[in-house]
Amino acid sequence: MAITKRQAADLAKQTFDYAPAPEAIDHVRIQPRYGLFIGGKMVEPHSKKRFPTINPATEQKLSEVAEADAIDVGKAVSAAGTAFTSWSRMAPSRRARYLFRISRLIQERARELAVVETMDGGKPIKESRDVDIPLSAAHFFYYAGWADKLEWAFPNRRPRPLGVAGQVIPWNFPLLMLAWKIAPALAAGNTVVLKPAETTPLSALLFAEICQQAELPAGVVNIITGAGKTGSLLVSHPGVKKVAFTGSTEVGKLIQRSLAGSGKRLTLELGGKAANIVFEDAPLDQAVEGIVNGIYFNQGHVCCAGSRLLVQESIAKPLLEKLKQRLSTLRLGDPLDKNTDIGAINSKAQLEKIQALVESGIEEGAEIYQPECKLPERGYWFPPTVFTNVSQSYRIAREEIFGPVLSVLTFRTPAEAVEKANNTPYGLSAGVWTDKGSRILWMAERMRAGVVWANTFNRFDPTSPFGGYKESGYGREGGVHGLLPYLELV
Amino acid sequence: MATALSLTHLGSLMRGVRSVDEVGADERAASLAKRSIKKSSKLWALDLAIRCMDLTTLEGSDTPGKVAALSAKAIRPKPGDSSIPSVAAICVYPARVADARERLQGSGVKVASVATAFPSGQSFTSIKVSETRDVVDAGADEVDMVIDRGAFLSGDYQKVYDEIVAIKEACGSAHLKVILETGELGTYDGVRRASILAMAAGADFIKTSTGKVQPAATLPVSLVMMEAIRDFMRETGRPVGFKAAGGIRTSKQAIAYLVVLYETLGAEWMTPDRFRLGASTLLNDVLMQIDKERSGVYQSPDYFTID
Amino acid sequence: MANKNGADRVEVRKTYKQYVGGEFVRSESGRAYRPDGTVNVPRGSRKDLRDAVRAARTAFAGWSGRTAMNRGQILYRAAEMLDARRAEFEELLGGGRKSRAELDETVEVLVWYAGWTDKLAQVTGTVNPVSGPYFNFTIPEPTGVVGIVASDDPALAGLVRRLAPALCGGNVVVALAPEHRPLPALTLAEVLATSDFPSGVVNVLSGQRKELLPWLASHMDVNAVDVSGCTPDEVALVEAAAADNVKRVVKLPAGERSPHLVTAFMEMKTIWHPIGV
Repeated sequence: MAITKRQAADLAKQTFDYAPAPEAIDHVRIQPRYGLFIGGKMVEPHSKKRFPTINPATEQKLSEVAEADAIDVGKAVSAAGTAFTSWSRMAPSRRARYLFRISRLIQERARELAVVETMDGGKPIKESRDVDIPLSAAHFFYYAGWADKLEWAFPNRRPRPLGVAGQVIPWNFPLLMLAWKIAPALAAGNTVVLKPAETTPLSALLFAEICQQAELPAGVVNIITGAGKTGSLLVSHPGVKKVAFTGSTEVGKLIQRSLAGSGKRLTLELGGKAANIVFEDAPLDQAVEGIVNGIYFNQGHVCCAGSRLLVQESIAKPLLEKLKQRLSTLRLGDPLDKNTDIGAINSKAQLEKIQALVESGIEEGAEIYQPECKLPERGYWFPPTVFTNVSQSYRIAREEIFGPVLSVLTFRTPAEAVEKANNTPYGLSAGVWTDKGSRILWMAERMRAGVVWANTFNRFDPTSPFGGYKESGYGREGGVHGLLPYLELV
Repeated sequence: MATALSLTHLGSLMRGVRSVDEVGADERAASLAKRSIKKSSKLWALDLAIRCMDLTTLEGSDTPGKVAALSAKAIRPKPGDSSIPSVAAICVYPARVADARERLQGSGVKVASVATAFPSGQSFTSIKVSETRDVVDAGADEVDMVIDRGAFLSGDYQKVYDEIVAIKEACGSAHLKVILETGELGTYDGVRRASILAMAAGADFIKTSTGKVQPAATLPVSLVMMEAIRDFMRETGRPVGFKAAGGIRTSKQAIAYLVVLYETLGAEWMTPDRFRLGASTLLNDVLMQIDKERSGVYQSPDYFTID
Repeated sequence: MANKNGADRVEVRKTYKQYVGGEFVRSESGRAYRPDGTVNVPRGSRKDLRDAVRAARTAFAGWSGRTAMNRGQILYRAAEMLDARRAEFEELLGGGRKSRAELDETVEVLVWYAGWTDKLAQVTGTVNPVSGPYFNFTIPEPTGVVGIVASDDPALAGLVRRLAPALCGGNVVVALAPEHRPLPALTLAEVLATSDFPSGVVNVLSGQRKELLPWLASHMDVNAVDVSGCTPDEVALVEAAAADNVKRVVKLPAGERSPHLVTAFMEMKTIWHPIGV
């Protein structure tokens, strides 16, 4: 019997509510407490201090990790130093084999890593599963291939490793940042001591297991957990020849100052306030996707986030209409749900920072827009936010918010767009949206930014160098250029 | 009743249509396809998929007997299970319209007929117009026409436009779906342009494909067409429907189209008045998936009728 | 000889086949030859060669269109599969230290070139600072169907030393197994068949050199031929036949490993685009 008119009307009124689609987590085992990974083994820390790591979506404790003290740091650096002697002298093709193994192991344990990453950090499972983990495996695969090809990377040079690298990474892409640091360092023949961020230590500790599974020689990779103090002890340890830091510009400057005169090599990957520039001839619907991806991917916890939308005035109204409509389809909620687009804010501290800056935006006179969004009761959450009527001088236009908050400004001509985009102490990335190829190249030439995305945004690849101009840091990660910070070119 | 805009010199208008970034469109479609639709929402979607289905047979070998069997299936997809709704329409060649009309009388299932020298469209406008009148007289509620791709691809947008206007008029009260044959248009820019042209000329629905050419419907092409519908709605206030046809064989695919529809055009398009899926083997896969959701076990094709 | 209790096994002997279009086939001619006097090996015909080139050409767009990383992963998998079967290959190569060393080298060659796919453009491509407001860049692209003539010695490494760079660059291959020692090459095809290579990307034919080589060298749809396994007379023959469609004839030193062996099978494409508002 065909459906009656009334039944049809009733059914039509129902909306398409996506039922919960939780990722299975029963195959994942997080231990109640972890030690430190030093000299190829999980060892009990000397330090008596431990701290919890929680799931920011539920505020539940996941595990307890150690706060490594000076003795622990010393042991780790010493283990790395000992391992360096044999690792640096090993035939490069042998080094390559270990790195290839690690890459394949990451692929084999991909789902487990993705679940842990999401639980520990709050990012949606579809991001950790489809972006973070595959890119991490890819970084190891790419740099594995460089280990025995360094003579071709730098013509007429005999590249030599530096020694022990001390590496401090942030909480926004825990395993990926670990891969960006460890892969090139090892491929170049160095050994490492790495400290993951205090709110996201778990994927690094799982990585330690992978090093063991790969039978990586003891001490080549050491993982020590802790907070700012541990990081500081690590970068200042005399046994560390090379320091790599990704984090806030504020801390980056502290490290740079503290290393002055030490002779240590240093690379910094710091904050940003990228301009995402949309011209009137841009493919509009794809530009909207690029804007959304630029600032709401990973809840905006991205150094290269497109946090300033510079839209050509002639197209501002239709673009903003489309953007606001698009925001209403963003799904905020349980990061372990496969349909979640916006996950949890990484920590209470970060949430408070975001809230403070958003407050300042309202105070300074910007107009705020947030789609209707039901925030879960427990956990740290912030809805996707757009500020219009923003002036260049407002705090929300100048300071890095590191949250799902977009500030919109307008421009009239390409020259004005360039001026406004570059008018910042930062210089990490920029986006350019236009249908015209020559304009893409003209704009790219003029952007004072280390990464320019044209008609796309937040694209990463192990072959593609990434890093900033000005206060966004120096040095590059990815590509051939990513090897330079870990080598002496003799 | 839709009114077409009366325009001449469409060339520059068409050439000014905004372009579509292929990579961006592909990525957006792929990300929507990742949505995981489970349990109650899956059952709702599968039910809607049936209610929006144009059960199709377009073969040279179609006979009154074939149409009779298909019609029975259309009205009662699963004999003995009254919770399964009828489909929206059956879609047949002009010569079979009268047979369909007879079988579907009083059932609420519509009769859709292809017309205008389907699938190639390579014939004279006069023939296409008179064919349309004849299928409407034979009892078609809906007409699925093809655009003249030869004219479109050689830049004669005026011809394409005028032809659609003429067919729309010949339809009378029957509603008109305009098939763009996206697989022949070459770029998403062309798809957007053709969508806008068809809607401006009075289409009630725009449809991806005839199903006779590869590639037929794809998610990115559908996304591009839906975005054009969205823009047209905003600019004119007139809602145009969307039909995906060709190559949609599994429930998973059908649900993906519903997700793209929902997140692009919204709840108001989740109805057979504004969305159709042209398919044939899809129906049984949907029935199997419904039974799997209800019973918890994987099904076998043996238990579903082939008509 | 087997007794009732099966103490002496009667081996189920392998039928050696060619590898064409992702399938293991005998020669369409039905012929066989016995290079070592005991084992039958397909004696490939010109039609087998024709089919192999067709299969390769069909596979080219897909293979060259894959990401560099994907090709690298597949080459690496070939190394995984080969390393897992080292015992079998050592025996095929004659056993002993020399065979082990040859197998180690072969695995290493696969791993080495697997690591080049996603670096080649960075080392051999360039951005060219032309005088004018133009963005100008040069990128290497695979040449297409590459014929590889394998040398008899070393029977496995000789082939892979050429196969790996050709595949690394995104080319598809039709390889002529060594005439007198074809078994390692035909068994290698089994390794390749289990390494996620799409059908037709690599094809391996066995048979007589004097019969197959002229057809390979003169085929108008083959873009390059590697002659490392050819005698000087054979090289001259190939070079003459190659002129008809301006095939690239690749002659490279035996023991070398370099990205330039990869670009020997590639074309350089240069693109210009204006820079302006």
